[in-house]
Amino acid sequence: MDHPAIEVARLRKEYGKIVAVDELSFVVPRGAVLGLLGGNGAGKTTTISMLLGLLVPTAGSIRVLGIDMLRDRYRALPRMNFSSPYVDLPHRLTVRQNLDFYARLYGVRDVAGRLREIADRLQVGEFLERPAGKLSAGQKTRVALAKALINRPDVLLLDEPTASLDPDTADWVRTLLKDYQAETGATILLASHNMAEVERLCDDVIMMQEGRVFERGAPPDLIARFGRNDMEEVFLDMARGRGRGLDVLKKAG
Amino acid sequence: MGGSFQRIGAVVLRHVYLFRSSWLRILDSIYWPAVQMVMWGFLTQFLAGQTSYVAQAAGVLLSGLLLWEVLIRGNLSLSIAFLEEMWSRNLGHLFVSPLRPIEMAAGIVTVSLLRTLMGMIPVSLLAWAFFGYSIYDLGLPLVAFFLILQMFGWAVGLSMSGMIMRMGLSAETFAWAGIFILLPISGVYYPVSALPQWLQYVAWCVPTAYVFEGMRGILTTQIVRWDLLAAAFGLSALYLALGFRIFLMFFARARRDGTLLQTGE
Repeated sequence: MDHPAIEVARLRKEYGKIVAVDELSFVVPRGAVLGLLGGNGAGKTTTISMLLGLLVPTAGSIRVLGIDMLRDRYRALPRMNFSSPYVDLPHRLTVRQNLDFYARLYGVRDVAGRLREIADRLQVGEFLERPAGKLSAGQKTRVALAKALINRPDVLLLDEPTASLDPDTADWVRTLLKDYQAETGATILLASHNMAEVERLCDDVIMMQEGRVFERGAPPDLIARFGRNDMEEVFLDMARGRGRGLDVLKKAG
Repeated sequence: MGGSFQRIGAVVLRHVYLFRSSWLRILDSIYWPAVQMVMWGFLTQFLAGQTSYVAQAAGVLLSGLLLWEVLIRGNLSLSIAFLEEMWSRNLGHLFVSPLRPIEMAAGIVTVSLLRTLMGMIPVSLLAWAFFGYSIYDLGLPLVAFFLILQMFGWAVGLSMSGMIMRMGLSAETFAWAGIFILLPISGVYYPVSALPQWLQYVAWCVPTAYVFEGMRGILTTQIVRWDLLAAAFGLSALYLALGFRIFLMFFARARRDGTLLQTGE
């Protein structure tokens, strides 16, 4: 039976008295691209960290590809991967050494072949022998994505994949992700502050505020529901306390 | 199981790549033990003419120093291998990969062994070249001493690494200096009997005291004290198991408290 890619039920994370994520539930079908939106401190990174097993929830359950992440995450992790501008690769290792290292960690067969393939795909061939710490922001992003795709993941989690990139490189990254998803049928969950990116990439969006789901829907539906022109305006409505979701939050206390 | 060995091998390979990119890292393993060896070598030459104890047991100070450095290098090499991941803010990537914390610990233990050998073999040869003293004269027990001290160094290193994983780089000082608290009670340069009685009880709780007493036994009476070796090995194995346990415990706490992504100060 094909389980959904991600199933999250009543997820909660407390740090002392602070509740970072509260009663979060959602299901992501296989092959979907889900955007996780919200202001700073909305709980996006906490949610992604819990999905990856970096953080243990206070309550709730997470299943990825049908596997219980709280009990058995090492069965799911070889089929997942992750990229974030806030987590680096070892600076002194060359790009080739970094990719080689991660290919081995993920149990990739024919490491050399996969390295050639991914270097070609991500256009990192020209700086394969350069230390990762000496790359430009755009090059670092390409290498981080190469690492994230090294094992051909079925579930890809991306935290702000185009943060600090120029518009041209950001567009290139979006095209790459869209192509990868179309070719492999992978599921992508991305947290982003870039609304144009969300509109272009995501089939479905969860808008988070104070650790809860504020709104959910496809970008065109959300734009229509809020009576706005684009996701940027929808986001501002949420951030400034206007719109439908606020009523839901108020009712929930 | 094969996958597990492959991942441990990958961790070792990652550090081999690092050594290849920076020869200073290897020099660092040799520099301080070499400086210490030269200083204690001259002191030994001086004291040999002044005290009958040093004159009778040639090399007792240099042996003490070299074996103490085996412990320090084992401990520091492991802590540094872990700190490399913290410094490069790489823990997040490592722990969302299929690499299990126990495999990472096993990988950095292997790296520590390689680094200690890379540091200590040249220094032991320098001691022979400069002062005509060969630590290899200790014979087969040297292998046992080396192994026991490495195991104990790893145990302390794993505990310190776990603490840094949980508390961040502000706890880094403990990785560098924590083990030196054992120097006064280990009987490196003097017998454990020189300590006050209450401190002797503490000393016999750590394997280093047995190793250095055993070393002195060989140098002064040419008798191998297998009972001391067995006790030291047993204690080191116990502490190493405890070290792995503490590392895993701190990993679990770091996952609970969300500190694996916040690896700065």
